[in-house]
Amino acid sequence: MAEQLRTETMTVNMGPHHPSTHGVCRLILTIDGENVVDCVPDIGFLHRAIEKICENRTYPQCIPLMDRFEYVTSMMCNWGFALATEKLTDLEVPERAEYLRVIMGELNRIASHLLCIGVTGLDLGALTPFLYTFREREDILDLFEMTCGQRLTYNYIRIGGVARDIPPEFYPKCRQFLDKIDAKCDDYEKVLTENPIWIARNKGVGILTEQLVLDYAVSGPSARASGVNFDIRKHDTYSIYDRFNFDVPVFHGCDSYDRYRARMAEIRQSARIVRQALDQMPEGEIRAKVSPKFKPKVGEVYSRVENSRGEMGFHIISDGTVKPYRVRARGGSYNHLLVTPEIVKGLKIADLVAIFASLDIIMPEIDR
Amino acid sequence: MDKLELAYWIGLLKDQVITPIFGDGAFGVLVQNVIVAFAVFGLLSLIALFLVWWERKISAHIQQRFGPMMTGWHGVLQTIADAVKLIQKEDITPKVADRAVFFWAPIICFACAFAAYVVIPWGDGLIVSDLNVGILYIIAITTFTIISLLMAGWGSNNKYALLGGMRSAAQAVSYEVPLALSILGVVMVSGSMSMQEIVKAQSGWGGFHWNIFFQPLGFFIYIIAATAEANRTPFDLPEAEQELIAGFNVEYSGMKFAMFFLAEFVNMFTVSAIATTVFLGGWNGPILPSWVWFLGKTLFMVFLFMMFRWTYPRLRVDQLMEFAWKVLLPLAFLNILYVGVVAKWLNW
Repeated sequence: MAEQLRTETMTVNMGPHHPSTHGVCRLILTIDGENVVDCVPDIGFLHRAIEKICENRTYPQCIPLMDRFEYVTSMMCNWGFALATEKLTDLEVPERAEYLRVIMGELNRIASHLLCIGVTGLDLGALTPFLYTFREREDILDLFEMTCGQRLTYNYIRIGGVARDIPPEFYPKCRQFLDKIDAKCDDYEKVLTENPIWIARNKGVGILTEQLVLDYAVSGPSARASGVNFDIRKHDTYSIYDRFNFDVPVFHGCDSYDRYRARMAEIRQSARIVRQALDQMPEGEIRAKVSPKFKPKVGEVYSRVENSRGEMGFHIISDGTVKPYRVRARGGSYNHLLVTPEIVKGLKIADLVAIFASLDIIMPEIDR
Repeated sequence: MDKLELAYWIGLLKDQVITPIFGDGAFGVLVQNVIVAFAVFGLLSLIALFLVWWERKISAHIQQRFGPMMTGWHGVLQTIADAVKLIQKEDITPKVADRAVFFWAPIICFACAFAAYVVIPWGDGLIVSDLNVGILYIIAITTFTIISLLMAGWGSNNKYALLGGMRSAAQAVSYEVPLALSILGVVMVSGSMSMQEIVKAQSGWGGFHWNIFFQPLGFFIYIIAATAEANRTPFDLPEAEQELIAGFNVEYSGMKFAMFFLAEFVNMFTVSAIATTVFLGGWNGPILPSWVWFLGKTLFMVFLFMMFRWTYPRLRVDQLMEFAWKVLLPLAFLNILYVGVVAKWLNW
């Protein structure tokens, strides 16, 4: 009798169409009851060959493609590509444009973190915080719409500057939002940070050790929640980030809870940066003269920006023509997805969902 | 009897219309029973439709939305529109499904949800049948729902559905125990398992001699266990959208899905009605007619369950089990001990 009674592991395809895979990711799970024995991510469902298309476009034409590279923080993608191109040609960007880039980039970071926090709640069954964070994200999208007419794929930060200046009504609207966001963050903390179920689900779950962070090159808030103090804005300064006063929140819990707290703290820091940028912003040009037939020097460049999901880098090889010879983009999510199987083994399916959300994995960034 | 009481009018209907036409023999009783069954079924269906709309409104207002607004006044007809849509949907049975099990699961779920209302006292004298094992009957019949969920999970032949079914079975087995034990405390004091007797035992103090004042711990345990019984957040693991997509009902479509859906809301109303009857004094209350008190208290409980759902995250499956066996069960025993000692001592 005892020989006949045996249990088998079961293979479940989580995705590509699954509410919790944030895009179209397929996780091939081997489960033993509720426990995850093995997890193999299968990527590529969202592949749009952006890097290859770039080879057939001129440099300014590549910018709208970069919007689609990682559509949650399009500003950063524009910025990263523009930065790399400017580095290739030693192009001087007007000061006002730099300030505008910082303001838009940081607002976009806030929007992205709000999305992440809301979606993490959604994946844990808390349906309401999602709507709350989206309410604030909506304000940011309104600001973007006011500036560049777009709400998701902005095509705003261009090579040599930005597309257009902000309208006068932007300033009061933006300051109003900044005043609000701190109070709203307190509200989220009331709903989530202190919630016993939230703590039970997140604390000590999905331990991403410092060693794993270094091994898998995890970056961004997820790395900083594991005690790795690395922020490109501080430690490999680009643009004008050296002029602002801000902290890099570092936590040592290594778990989903601290990843959430790191994002929460970053929202407040980003708001601080935007406030300073609004105060310091000079008048002047917003765009250097760049011809549509723009030809950079022959050469190779790697330049990186701090995205809300970690290091976003662009490697461009130029052969001196109007089109790039090769573009290679790097997003943080790829490393996050690679490290996921390491930390979910032996945990429950519900934990897998929570960890996936807390690492803030976005599929377009991986598949490109 | 007060003319505002529904029981008065029902008695009048019986004496003036049904008995003269059909007689009071076996046929007359049969006609009476059929009429009662249809009346309860119709009322509950209406309540379920109302609850679906109410939940959507409450969730919307918590989340700073409007919810349904277009169909009727503030969208009151939305659920009816949804039901019409679901009836029109194609009824799909997966090729690999176990057809018989797949077919019967929603029907059993639906029937069990309604069967509990045989012994729910809607008001003074307003009860279908006052069984002397009333509360035991309810516990037994509501547990039967779980079997239908298990059948749905197994019969669908879908891995997610199976996981959902298994979760619901494990959850029901765990939470049934503290649930029954928390009610046992009241049965000990009332000295009867009949629902009407339990209500009548709470009629002192001008209708405010409620068990919740004497057994707050029992009420607390009951509320938590009942949330788990009704598969509501934070214990909605069998149908966790984000983990299991929709859990046990993932393969169901059209009217079969609607039956699960309605049964869920009827179950929520059932556990609220039991909470009202057992802990909140049932239909007891001053001035207003008894059925108004019953409905008011029950809808308040439903409101509480809805608030839980839209404010809390979901527990993990092992935390759920731990909570049932390591926290709720010892507390339930403690409650029984307390009731036993105090009831003996004070002679309630």
